Formats: sequence, C-alpha cells, structure tokens
Amino acid sequence: MKNRREFIKTTAAGALVLGSQSKLGLAAVLDQKAPHADASKSKVVVARDAALHDSSGQLNEKHVQDLLDRAIASYTGRDHPVDAWKRIVPVDKVIGLKVNGLGGKGISTHAALVMAVCERLQQAGVKPGNIIIWDRSGRDIQACGLTISTDPSRIRCYGSDVAGYEDQPVEFGTAKNVKLAKILSRDCDMVIGLPILKDHELAGVTFAMKNMYGVVQKPFELHAGGCNPSVADLNCIQTIRDKVRFTIGDAMSSVYNGGPGFHPEYLWQPNALIVGEDRVAVDHTAWQMIERQRAEVKMPTLEAAGRPARYIATAADADHKLGTNDPQRMHLLEI
Amino acid sequence: MIRSNRWMLPVWLSVFAALIGMAVAVTVTTGCKKKAVDPFPASGAVTGWEKTSETRVFAAKDLWQYIDGDAEQYTAAGVVSTSTSDYKYQGQLEATVDVHTMGDAAGAGKILAAGQGKDAKTVQLGDAGVAYAQSVIFRKGPYLVRIVAYESTPDAPQALLALAHGVEAKL
Repeated sequence: MKNRREFIKTTAAGALVLGSQSKLGLAAVLDQKAPHADASKSKVVVARDAALHDSSGQLNEKHVQDLLDRAIASYTGRDHPVDAWKRIVPVDKVIGLKVNGLGGKGISTHAALVMAVCERLQQAGVKPGNIIIWDRSGRDIQACGLTISTDPSRIRCYGSDVAGYEDQPVEFGTAKNVKLAKILSRDCDMVIGLPILKDHELAGVTFAMKNMYGVVQKPFELHAGGCNPSVADLNCIQTIRDKVRFTIGDAMSSVYNGGPGFHPEYLWQPNALIVGEDRVAVDHTAWQMIERQRAEVKMPTLEAAGRPARYIATAADADHKLGTNDPQRMHLLEI
Repeated sequence: MIRSNRWMLPVWLSVFAALIGMAVAVTVTTGCKKKAVDPFPASGAVTGWEKTSETRVFAAKDLWQYIDGDAEQYTAAGVVSTSTSDYKYQGQLEATVDVHTMGDAAGAGKILAAGQGKDAKTVQLGDAGVAYAQSVIFRKGPYLVRIVAYESTPDAPQALLALAHGVEAKL
C-alpha cells in the first residue's frame, strides 16, 4: 500500500505525462500567449461587470456572455472567443459542466452562465451531445433554472440520481469509501467546474474544491472538522484531480453568511466570474472576496465566526499539492 | 337485504384498512410519532398564494439530501424531520416554505436565535419570529418555520407575512 506522499508523487507524475500528451494540459499553452505571463505562477482572472444586475437586482443575462468572453480572453491571451476556447478544451472529447444547485433556486449556478459556456463550447467545435451539464440530482439542476434532458444528440443535462454512482469505492486520506458519480468517472473526459460562491456553515467557503462534494454519493460523510482535510483529500482522488481541470466560478451573486442555503438577508452581488486552472488559487481568491464583503458589513472574519476555510491551505500543502494558496505565487488579473 | 349487507362487510373492512394504512404512511413518512400535522396552506387558503409543488419530507438522517452542509446545525438542535413546499404569489413571486419539526421548543429557539441578522424585524408570529425583506422565520412549540422568497418586490414582505400566518394557523 502506498503512503500518501508516494501516492501524490505518482499521481503528479501521471498528471504531467497526461498534460504533455494531450490537450488537457492547459498551463503551458495558455501562459505562452497570455499578457504578463509568468509560467511559474498560477493565473486567476476575476472579471467584473458593475452593470451585471439592474437596479432591481435582476441579472442582465445579455451581459453574461460578454463577461465570460472577457474572462476567457484575459485568461488565455486570445481575443477571439472560439480561438480561446480551443485552447481550453479538447473539442473532440466529452466535456462535463459541474454546476451547483444545492442552495436552491436563489443561490445556484446561474443558467445564463451555463448557457454562455455551452454556446462557446459548441462554437469551438464540441458537439452538443458531447456536453453534459450535471449535478447531484434533477432537483439541483432545476434549481439552476436548467431543464433535464437525456437526449444524446443534444446537450445533456441531468443528475447523478439518474446516472448513478460507481459500486467500487475509492479513497484518499480521510475521503474514504467514496463512490464517484458515473457521469464523472465514465461519461466525461474533462470537467469544467461551475460552482457558485457561498459562505458555508461548516467549511467557511464553498467554491471550486467544495463543489466536488456534489460528485460523490454521500457528501455528508466528509463534513467532520469543518470539512478539513476532507475537501483537499477528495480533490486528490485521481479521477477528480485528473478530470476536473478548469473552473469558471460564478460569483455573480453570493451569500456572505448563512450558507450554503439561500439566505436572502445575506445576498450580495459581486458581479464577477473567477476563472482559473489552479483550484486552490481560485478558492483562495474567492475566500478573500467573501472576507472583504464580511468586513465591509462589519461581520467577523470566518475564523472569528468559527469556520475558517482551513481546507484551502491543506490543499496546498506537501501532502496534497493541488495548487497554491500563496498570493506571491499567483498571477491575479482583475479586469 | 341481509345477504347484500354481508357482501358489503368485506368492502367496508377494506376501506377501513386502507384509511388506517394511509394514516400510518403519513406518520412514517414524516418520521413524527406525534399527531400528523399538515402545516402547508392549500392554494387560495391565503389570499394570492398558490401551492405549486408536492410537499417533500426528509427525516433527520436524510436531511443532507435537502440542505447538505446546513443539515448539521439542525441535527445538533434535535431536528426530527423537515417538510418543504413551494408557493407562488399572484403568479409571480416564488417562495419556499420549510417546516422543521424539532424535538422540542428549545431546539426551534436555538435555530431561530442563531440565524438572526442585524436587519431582522421582530414580528408577532407563533412564540417568536423575525422578518426580512425576502424572508420570514418563526417558531411555534417544536416547529421552526422558514419562508423565503426568491425576489425582492415591494409587496413581498406583506405577502410573506400573510403566508406565515397561514402556516402558523395550521400548526
């Protein structure tokens, strides 16, 4: 039985081989073309649009595609959206879009963002039947404002309640007896995470890495200790580590307290997308966004509130090496 | 006549058994050993409000399926079961009503106190209640009720309050 360090070494080497041999290895390609690129740093783009919501709080859906295009253009260094997307996804593969509808209708990944991503994927050459939008259940999908569809000739959109979970469990560290969603393990070649930014009663913050709780059969078994180190451990499971390669984080609206459920009294509109490959850097950036909002409304930090997002540092440690939580090792682009 | 009454006996027994079965089913489904309570007003029972979904019921052990991540605080406070249903006001404003059946009034009080923000307005509902622009939360005995609207509209606060009174009356 390999110990954790040996396992990390092996999987990291495997990921490098995969990266060098397939289009799924993004960083090197992207950093060659992006402005002010520094290949040694993890790039994170925060794209904002102050007019994303109108004065009554309604989302201007027409702005979403433009915001996504700006974010992806900035990330890839390619101005033309189709060209940019071809740099991100292998167009001949099955691409999964893991949304998050757990919080219900008020605080789930926005359908307008999902549709904008689908639009660009198809323009880049991904066949509609090779796009799968998914989450835990049909209810979660519908909470995002999406319609269930299993027609293989069209964009598919359904939950693991339909597709099921693997019988054979996998594990890493505290993430034991994990049964992965078959949509992840069997159907998708690459997954783009589309989480929505939220405060989290146990973990502190839920975004890119915590979104993976929606790919396992019994997420509640990973809640001990403020979800630390379980979030990091879960993301180290090889299938997740290898397939979930990019995050387009929905920070268009968020809850800075009371999450992960919908608490409209703590609803806030950052009007932003947070984009990146490094899931730790993306989560660190998202966490800081929540902390700034809490400070602005004179709420205590998440640490003071008793729910520090410790799993982010854990994910960056030597046992996990999922990315960096060190701002000095990030290339943060705010546009 | 005597013969026909004898024929009717099995029919009446069957009907009686079915009614008993339904009552047991409700009790089992709710996971509540006390009297079965349906706290959800029917469409039109509260002016302007229509019930738009079936009621879903989650036992404490299954609550994560509905509010994963939030479930622990309810479990710690002694939740027995949670029932939820969707509503719509005047065909526009969508809302969800959650009724948490706690083990006792103290559990309901604990959840209500923990969730109060600085913008909370005290309202006369049940044993205690607060309201925000898009939500109303109150407790009555072992019940903790949370009603949330998905939009902020000028008439949302009053409409939510009316629906809350409708729920309270059924508890």
